[in-house]
Amino acid sequence: MVAMERRVNYENDLNLKATELRLGLPGSDEPERQSTPSIRNNKRTSSEISEELRSKSSSGVKQAGNDDHQDDAPPTKAQVVGWPPIRSYRKNYLQNKKNEAEGAGMYVKVSVDGAPYLRKIDLKIYRSYPELLKALENMFKLTIGAYIERKGYNGSDYAPTYEDKDGDWMLVGDIPWEMFISSCKRLRIIQGSEARGLGYV
Amino acid sequence: MRHNEAEQMSEDDGRQQSPPSDLEFTSNKARNCIATGSGSGHPELQSQYPDQVLENVLENVLHFLISRQDRNAASLVCKAWYRVEALTRSELFIGNCYSVAPGRATARFTRVRALHLKGKPRFADFNLMPLNWGAHFNPWVLAMAKAYPWLEKVYLKRMFVTDYDLGTLAESFSGFKELVLVCCDGFGTSGLSIFVTKCRQLRVLDLIESEVTDDETDWISSFPDGESHLESLIFDCVECPINFDALERLVARSPSLKKLRLNRYVSIGQLYRLLTRAPQLTHLGTGSFSPSEVAGQADQEPDYATAFAACRSLVCLSGFREIIPDYLHAIYPVCANLTSLNFSYANITAEQLKPIISNCPKLQVFWVLDSICDEGLQAVAATCKELRELRVFPVDAREDSDGPVSEVGLQAISEGCRKLQSILYFCQRMTNAAVVAMSENCPDLVVFRLCIMGRHRPDSVTGEPMDDGFGAIVMNCKKLTRLAVSGLLTDKAFDYIGKYGKLVRTLSVAFAGNSDMGLKYVLEGCPQLQKLEIRDSPFGDAALRSGLHHYYNMRFLWMSSCKLTHQGCREIARAMPRLVVEVIRSADEEEMDDLVQTLYMYRSLEGPRLDAPKFVTIL
Repeated sequence: MVAMERRVNYENDLNLKATELRLGLPGSDEPERQSTPSIRNNKRTSSEISEELRSKSSSGVKQAGNDDHQDDAPPTKAQVVGWPPIRSYRKNYLQNKKNEAEGAGMYVKVSVDGAPYLRKIDLKIYRSYPELLKALENMFKLTIGAYIERKGYNGSDYAPTYEDKDGDWMLVGDIPWEMFISSCKRLRIIQGSEARGLGYV
Repeated sequence: MRHNEAEQMSEDDGRQQSPPSDLEFTSNKARNCIATGSGSGHPELQSQYPDQVLENVLENVLHFLISRQDRNAASLVCKAWYRVEALTRSELFIGNCYSVAPGRATARFTRVRALHLKGKPRFADFNLMPLNWGAHFNPWVLAMAKAYPWLEKVYLKRMFVTDYDLGTLAESFSGFKELVLVCCDGFGTSGLSIFVTKCRQLRVLDLIESEVTDDETDWISSFPDGESHLESLIFDCVECPINFDALERLVARSPSLKKLRLNRYVSIGQLYRLLTRAPQLTHLGTGSFSPSEVAGQADQEPDYATAFAACRSLVCLSGFREIIPDYLHAIYPVCANLTSLNFSYANITAEQLKPIISNCPKLQVFWVLDSICDEGLQAVAATCKELRELRVFPVDAREDSDGPVSEVGLQAISEGCRKLQSILYFCQRMTNAAVVAMSENCPDLVVFRLCIMGRHRPDSVTGEPMDDGFGAIVMNCKKLTRLAVSGLLTDKAFDYIGKYGKLVRTLSVAFAGNSDMGLKYVLEGCPQLQKLEIRDSPFGDAALRSGLHHYYNMRFLWMSSCKLTHQGCREIARAMPRLVVEVIRSADEEEMDDLVQTLYMYRSLEGPRLDAPKFVTIL
């Protein structure tokens, strides 16, 4: 009976199903409920991938849209905000551990003297020191200046330092880039006399 | 008159002693009571004497009353009892910080020594509430600084606490002993530093699942020198490195320390050193449970098992934040006495779990990741006959991931752990049969929270909605007070809840139901309902109206992404003047949307709060 019903449905919907935009792998046995029962206002933004971290900018109260707004390329559904109901702390924790394990990212904290809160960046997305420094300059709206071998940073009040695996604070730029990203645990942009002092060997 | 409502309103859980009509309670009710009127005059000594004696007796007797439900009931007897109860209440519980103003609370209760305060609703934990919504601790700490200089204990949940507040706390109360912050945020390590510096009598500092900003302040070093009174230090949620040497010295000079929960920046080698200094611990959070990255560690590893063996009083174990399973054997010596084990940050397999769990027959509380699979749960069921609380969290918290646990695990637990009282279970697939089995095998269930992570997912075997499973839970578990539902659910499930869930106080609903009837069943059928949180379900204004008779008895109602309109909410606000009806929108939403994004409403003596941010409209 059930099989017949299914077949009938399929035949009726044959054309629709073929052209239907839905999430999920083809042939997945998700139930026939395509759209969520709660009605969304059309004005609201439809599907948004939720960030794992609490979004500081927007309120994060966006909802997953109905399936028909998605194209079926991505194999997984758009994540709904706050679902499943796991506290961000726990979600982030396990996610970060997974990322670290898979080598999917290399997040380090960045602090700047005088700034009230820290930021986090993924070192893996940069390929060289200039790229990294540019990103830091943009992020914090300051000038770091150029790195001069054996001299340090010239032409600015700021100097980038990092904490390495041994817990020591080093000037960014002295060692080869690949070595740097594997030993850098966190970054700190120092300011003023401290920064200038580093120019002298 | 009004004051009494404050207590009725902030009353949570437990036996709801009074019917809704108590809101109309007036102090003019003349009862056969020996108490005098206002008590501010100076009546003749002779006629007062017997009354005074009786009032003193009353005061002495009421001192023994601890439960706030009992106290609330006592305060309703007559004015004298009301007055004496207010004088003798030493622990003040406020379930919703906006239900009553600090000034009103301190005016009524003048001798409070401990404050228990809750702020944001639970769904705020899941990013459903914009930041800066409120729940500020500041007005409370300022009010208490004036009213209760003898304050000893503060317990906060989901409150916004700033460094300044922590400083005020430490400076205003010379005898302050206990601070417990659960799911709080707004402060950082510098606030902690100020707090511990000034709090010389500190016994308990518990930071639980709170967000602590890393200001790079060494707060551990800020504990004063000399012998400390510390009994409990919990900081496993603090996500920044700590000064270990300072911690070691602190532990060494804290002979009363019983509870210590370390964060993941403490390596297993460091843990060893702490254990040797504090074998008297009863509660331990192990920190990372892996060695630090310092090279050359491999040669001289201490015998961790011996350190654990020396901790003969250890009953509660958690941590394992970055566990290397090879070290798990170290905890064997304490397994036999363990009553609580939290592996919920340890990604271990069934094989790694089995040798541990088979040695834990006394276990009552077990938190774990689903990485142990159904097989691991079967092992738990085989040994842990005393289990009261189980929580199974997902390693991969997405809707479409593979689910390592299923109805098989739930069934096994239900068969093995008959004394189960509380369960939180995340899974990708479930059957009605397993849920029904649990309802029959575990009649003592008080808390049943099942989260089938795929939205609207039906019974994985029959394809049916999950109505019957949850129906069985409310039917068979006669002590059930807390329920969270999930999976494909029709209005029928709510019909069951309304019919049989007579003791349910907290209900969480997501992506469920067909129509207004669902919500109606619950609002009309569950007289003990206190906290109702709903998201993404098709309940509209008509359903909302059906709860008018009950909203004053509830702590709050949360409805987000349902079918409510501004008009509907406005009607409620008009009909119920002592309800604060907040409509919360997301930052980028246009103001004139007719559908309400989030409704959060709660009873309050104070009317609309003055600290509401722009994205909150109070109707």
